[in-house]
Amino acid sequence: MSTAAATAEPVLASPPRRPVTVQPAWVRLTHWLNVLGVLVLMTSGWRIYNASPIFDFKFPKDLTLGGWLGGALLWHFAAMWLLAANGLVYLALNLLTGRLRRRFFPLRPREVLGDFVAALRGRLAHDDLAHYNAVQKLAYLGAVALLVVVVLSGLAVWKSVQLPLLRELMGGFDNARVVHFLAMAGIAFFVLVHVVMVALVPRSLLLMIRGR
Amino acid sequence: MPTPRHAAPTLSPRDQHELLKEARRVLAPPQRRLFLRGGMTLGGLALLGGCSITNSDEAEHLLMKISRWNDSVQGWLFDPTRLAPTYPASMITRPFPFNAYYSEDEAPEVDGDSYRLGVGGLVQRKEPWTLAQLGALPQQEQITRHICVEGWSAIGRWGGVPFADFLRRIGADTTARYVGFKCADKYYTSIDMPTALHPQTLLVLQYDGQTLPRSYGFPMKLRMPTKLGYKNPKHIVELYVTNDYPGGYWEDQGYNWFGGS
Repeated sequence: MSTAAATAEPVLASPPRRPVTVQPAWVRLTHWLNVLGVLVLMTSGWRIYNASPIFDFKFPKDLTLGGWLGGALLWHFAAMWLLAANGLVYLALNLLTGRLRRRFFPLRPREVLGDFVAALRGRLAHDDLAHYNAVQKLAYLGAVALLVVVVLSGLAVWKSVQLPLLRELMGGFDNARVVHFLAMAGIAFFVLVHVVMVALVPRSLLLMIRGR
Repeated sequence: MPTPRHAAPTLSPRDQHELLKEARRVLAPPQRRLFLRGGMTLGGLALLGGCSITNSDEAEHLLMKISRWNDSVQGWLFDPTRLAPTYPASMITRPFPFNAYYSEDEAPEVDGDSYRLGVGGLVQRKEPWTLAQLGALPQQEQITRHICVEGWSAIGRWGGVPFADFLRRIGADTTARYVGFKCADKYYTSIDMPTALHPQTLLVLQYDGQTLPRSYGFPMKLRMPTKLGYKNPKHIVELYVTNDYPGGYWEDQGYNWFGGS
């Protein structure tokens, strides 16, 4: 019998495998609404991009939503409300419940680096999904930051006259489009890695559905 | 609808085939179908998910309702004193792009001598205007950015009559909601009254110091740097003030009616 285990975990305080809700309902709900919003906005956005590409390529039509520019714009300007409202609820609840501070901080560069190297070697443990590792913390905070940038640059494109400060912050109308695109590309990259990670640790998908 | 995943369509190839077949059946009549035009795409099918594809009319109806609601939000956001940025002449885009729903050589030819601008609706003075009469009114010039709904933009130099002055001159009811436009190229559109009265809204007769050329809308266009390109009608032959929503050529097909920044 290990004395260390006995001192660390008093027997009375640990009932056997009590299911603990790791992700509260509001996190799961806002997560999946965000998935819907991002999916609609990204695929309709690709269609809008194709009408006047910034770079020397177009998105394959079959991956886009809307059928034509006008249809894509209808989807885009409907789903933007979902993304923005849902994002505000997510941020507000994270701040009010203290979840942001609890789950994402402290975030130390040394730990990010250490966990990143461990992950590349396949040695990053996932036995406790109740805690984010440092790479996860950075990635999720990064995704939130990218969503904020994509919303702000989108506002600058949509209301370039009414929001002069935002327009100038983005470097003018044309540049706001580029920022909007790059933020989208960053989110697409995050989604790609995120989905691969979920495939590698399928329990995390259950966690985001059932909460435990 | 099932909860969408990150990944693209999870339909089996057979389901995809069936859905595409159904989509083609629905599309068979050649009449206008908003966001189905140009073919329903797989991305779209995936999103409609469990919903029957024949419900797309309802989806279209809902999206149009949201778009009309967006019009109200944008009207509320619109500050009638906020000016669009202006630029030095050195930044004018040359050549300034031609853009319409037809090619440049199909632009209408309007005879300037016999031309009359018709004025109607909720206005006190409905006499038509000749180009000479319009040219005799106080003129204004602007170098502003034209932004197309497609995303590109170009800087141009326009000159003409401040539209607010013109509306007052014809005794327009400026408490009315809309100003509608009919054009020589069968184009039509309409704008909100606050934008019509905006200090940068011009009834344009000149481009870059010259008579407005045919390709840019001779004999006149309405220039609004606070609106997207499709809201700026060219070759205007008649304008009217009204409280009944007049819609527009592109707007009736799905482009947002407010269409401005």
